[in-house]
This record gives sequence, structure tokens and C-alpha cells, in this order.
Amino acid sequence: MLPVVSDTTVRTPREHPPLPSGPDELAAALTATGYLPDEGLATAAYLALVMHRPLFLEGEAGVGKTALAHALAELTGRPLYRLQCYEGLEASQALYDWDFGRQLLHLRAAEAAHAGTDTAALEASLYDRRFLLARPLLQALEDAPSVLLVDEVDRADDEFEAFLLEVLSDFTISVPELGTIRASTPPLVILTSNRTREVHDALKRRCLYHWLEHPGFDREVAILRSRLPQVTETLARDVARATARLRGLDLLKPPGIAEAMDWATALHTLGARELDPDRAARTLGAVLKYREDTERVHQLARGALFGGA
Amino acid sequence: MVLGFARTLRHAGVAASPDRVEAMLTATSHLDVLDATAVYWAGRLTLCACPDDLDRYDAAFAAYFAGEAPRRPATSSAPQQQLAESAPLQVDAGAGEERDDAPDLAARASADEVLRHRDVSQLSIAERDQLRRLFALLVPAAPMRRSRRRRPDARGGVDPARTVRRALRDGGEVTRLAHRRPRPRPRRVVLLVDVSGSMSPYSDALLRFAHVAVRARPASTEVFTVGTRLTRLTRELRLRDPDRALAAVGTAVPDWSGGTRLGEVLQAFLDRWGRRGTARGAVVVICSDGWERGGAELLAEQMTRLHRLAHAVVWVNPHKGRDGYQPLTGGMQAALPSVDHFVAGHSLAAFEELTGVIARA
Repeated sequence: MLPVVSDTTVRTPREHPPLPSGPDELAAALTATGYLPDEGLATAAYLALVMHRPLFLEGEAGVGKTALAHALAELTGRPLYRLQCYEGLEASQALYDWDFGRQLLHLRAAEAAHAGTDTAALEASLYDRRFLLARPLLQALEDAPSVLLVDEVDRADDEFEAFLLEVLSDFTISVPELGTIRASTPPLVILTSNRTREVHDALKRRCLYHWLEHPGFDREVAILRSRLPQVTETLARDVARATARLRGLDLLKPPGIAEAMDWATALHTLGARELDPDRAARTLGAVLKYREDTERVHQLARGALFGGA
Repeated sequence: MVLGFARTLRHAGVAASPDRVEAMLTATSHLDVLDATAVYWAGRLTLCACPDDLDRYDAAFAAYFAGEAPRRPATSSAPQQQLAESAPLQVDAGAGEERDDAPDLAARASADEVLRHRDVSQLSIAERDQLRRLFALLVPAAPMRRSRRRRPDARGGVDPARTVRRALRDGGEVTRLAHRRPRPRPRRVVLLVDVSGSMSPYSDALLRFAHVAVRARPASTEVFTVGTRLTRLTRELRLRDPDRALAAVGTAVPDWSGGTRLGEVLQAFLDRWGRRGTARGAVVVICSDGWERGGAELLAEQMTRLHRLAHAVVWVNPHKGRDGYQPLTGGMQAALPSVDHFVAGHSLAAFEELTGVIARA
């Protein structure tokens, strides 16, 4: 299984909008893309942009860690490269790999054309850039300036962190047969983690650290309204209020923004203009993902939780 | 100003290393220095490294700049793990009056053999001392799992990359197929050691066992104590010397010989660590006598949760080593349906057996 790579390999001249001149301007620009940051997150993203430091984002699942990278890519007009981490992720899947099959074909073709008298030249032509398969990290460096999203870095193993450290500290990758590849402009790097494992301190030290929390009521309503314009104001407010209450219930999996949006969409699809206990109970599967949680809420609620005001 | 603040922060327990402070200086220079909020965020983004740091940072910021930190207090969504500054030290660290009346080797060996099977709680101080040395002889083998990563092997599936690379060397002729097989990796082992009052005769031995396990596989072993609260001890137990490691444990654990709220603490473990990945696919070893002060229903519920997450659940009960033991306590009754292996843990021989159970789990 190869890492997911966004499909932006075609190199077309791109226009880069000027960088925002401060956190407030960045916050406004992010809002325009549909991502509503709070003050801390806007400052974090701004500093990551101007200081060329990776941004290390931690927080509960579904608070918008990955979405930030997408919004920043859209905002800066840079391509987004995503490296999804998993246990056993190897350098050949994150950095580069040689295309052995094509190398072999090239060799055979050269043989057939009887061009293989100069072995040194033939060998050199084998390790050419065109036989190098770029993986997300290398792509992000070559296609600078870009946005690099290293998703769920806590899932990869320790060894992978060590070599990520190497790439992120000076933004170079050395290919023994080819030489060092350097980014003309350091990419904007976003690392996300769900804290399944404590990431090594050496890696954190090179990053800006930000802990993302669930949004407050007003911001959640604003997010729902801007992402789902078809949902009525009343429904958005009801969903935000109910979701906030669910978060306070000490559930196995407290709902994030993503779940709140799913829920609002589900309710809207059923034709709801506001949250009523019956529809809420029927669509609970959009917001609660554990049977224990659903049962608990059913017992507790019986109307009280989803009552409008 | 920034340097003075960094010093305050270090006193508050946030490791603000010089390179982090330098990063804060750079960050501040990009922002409005006179704006307190900007300085707050510049510091928080560069100096903190985990959620536990954030509250300390807020307190230090408020104290140093005599202004309110612009952040609401931490929500209860993430239960904070707290380390007490001091706690009564149960472990008599190195009470070593070295006796030099060395008996001849054979007699000593047979004495060791007897000692191996004695109940740890019934030993005299000298015998305990002797037993501690024997702990060094335990060799915990890690349980293994298949990983996605493969390594070259004589048998197994064909390794296309290596085959073609070898062919390139031979002028493009595939002469021999290269093979590869999945590489086995150690499975994570999580030890949850009960340090409540009823377990105190055994907690020293259990923690020594935990120390041996952590030293053998530092990367894939996690140790927590459970009592009235959850304390992570993996870091303390990585110290090489067992006595120093146990002394560090003594200061880190705030709830020695207290009560047991096994269900609640297990829930805290699963919420904060387990579900996120620590217990997922791991061999979880719970060392407890199952005396539960809280409700047995909660424990049963949390045990089923744990059982669904973990690869195997091992329950070590020191009392199981006694003749005629029946698992009658409410906690034990509640937990047993979710336990894969129920073993004794009262003597060195039982611990040896336990290493075998863990390795085969």
C-alpha cells in the first residue's frame, strides 16, 4: 500500500498570493476558505509560515487538524502533499524509490541498440532522475513552495521519526546515486498526532507545538453555517448546543466538529429545520460511534438533552 | 525579559530548553511585542511540548507578566495525569548490610532453589535481599507479532526490487529470484501494577519484575501503577539500577498503599492511553488481588472494553498461589470473564512462569 498522494504532479506555473502580514490577516484569509481558526491557531499557522518551522498539531480526533493543512494549501495556492503514517512505514514509501522495472527495460533497450559499449555511461544513465520515483516527502521538496502534511505521525514507528527529523531540519534529501536534493523554499510542514504514543522530544523541539481544542459554541455555529450553508441557523445552533452537551458527558468518543457536521447534514437531509428529540434519536449514529455511548445517551436524554433551549 | 520568563517556566516544570527559548525570541520578533496575547502565543507555541505543559505555562505566564492568560482553563475532557512531589517511600532502597558469611556454592544454590518457590510476602529481610539479586536472572521474552515490514529471507514471497537489482548487476539477466518474508516485531506489553494497601507485600516484587521487563524491551513495554489513580512509570523504570529505579518509582507514585478503585483507574487508563493505541493489540498484564472499593459493574464494563482492545489480557493474582484459593472477591468475579490467562504471582518461580505466559500470549 502506497501513501496517499494528492494528484498535483503536473508542474504548471502557479501564482502565489502574497503571504499574509500578520496572524489577523491569516485568520481572515483562512475564514474565506471556510476554515475558522481561533486566535492561537492563526498565530501558530502564521509563525509556521514566516519562521519556516514545522507545525506540530495535537488534539482529539475530529477537531480539524488535517483540514487546516488543506485550508492553508488553498490559501497559499501551494500544492498539498500528504504522507499518511502507519506502522511499518519505510523510507522507500516516504522519500523515494528507484523504478527498477524501467531501469531494466532501459538496459535491455540499450543492449538491443548495441549502444552498450561505454559501460560507465550506461551505468550513469541508469541512475538518472527520470528513474527516481518521488514519494511525498521528496515531491514536497522538489515542488517547492508546497504544503506538506505528515498525518498521524504517532502511528509510524520510532525509526521513522529519526529520519523525518533529518528531512525536516534542513529540508534536504540525499540520494546516494544522484546527490542531494534541496528545496528552493522550505515547504510549510504540518504534522498531526492523536497521541497514541508520545512523539520523541527531538522531533517536537524543531516544531511549533499547538494543542487544538474543541471549538466554543459561537465558533462551532459559525463553522457549521459556513461549511453547510443549506442548514438553517436554528438547526446549526441546536446541533452545536447538543454536541457541546455530548462532549460534557464523559463519552468513550466525544464528538468532534466532523461529527457535528455529519449530524447537521443528516438532520437536514431528513428535512429538519430544528433539532427535535425524535429525529435526534434516529440520527444519533452520525455523531456517536460506540454502542455504549448511544445507549448511555438514550437513557440520559429522553428529550432533555435535545430540547431546543 | 524572555530569558527571565523562561527561568520562571523551568521552575514551574516546563522544560524550556535554550533552543526553544531562541525559537520564542524569533517568534516574538515576527509578532507585535507590545501585544500581550501575541507574546503569550509565541511562548506557548514554542516552549510547550505536551498538553500537560499548557496549564503550567498559563500559570507561569500569569505570574510573570502579572496578566491573565488569555485561555480558558483546561476542560475535563482530558484527565490529567499528576505526579506528586513526594510520597512515602515503601521501598527500603538498598538496606544493604552485606553479610560476608558466604556459604559454599552448593548449599547456596539449593537455598536459592527453595527461595524461588517461597511466597514473597513471607520472607525475612535478608531473604528478600537475596531474592532481589535473583530477579536479575529473569529473562523476559517478548511476544512477537507479524509486521508489514519484510526482510530478505531464503524463502517466502518474491522480492521484486531485490531480484531486479540483482539482475541489473548481472547485465539485465534474471539469474536467481530473491525472496522476502515478514519481519516479526515485538508486541507491546503493558503492565498495570496494583499498589493498594492489600497488595503492599507484593508490590516491591511486582515492580522489580516490571523493571526487568522494561529493561529487557524498553521500546515495547509500558508500566502503570493503579490504586486510587493512574501513574505512568515507564520512564522511571528505564533506569538501569533496580534500586535507583524503584526509589524513583517511590517518589513518582502518589497513592502507595491506599485504596483501590480499579474500575475507575482502568477507565482512566483506557481513555487516556488504551484506546489511543497503547493497549491496542498489546498483551496487557494486570497485577492485582481484585479487591475493589468501587462498583464491580464498572470494573466488568472496563474489563470488557480492555479485552476488545488488547491482544491478550493476563491477570496476575498473588493469592492464587495459595492452596485452596477461590476467586471469590467481587472484583475478581467481575473481571474473570474478560481474562485470557489467570496466573499466580507470589514467588520467583511464579514470575518465571509469567514470563512464559507473556511470551506465548
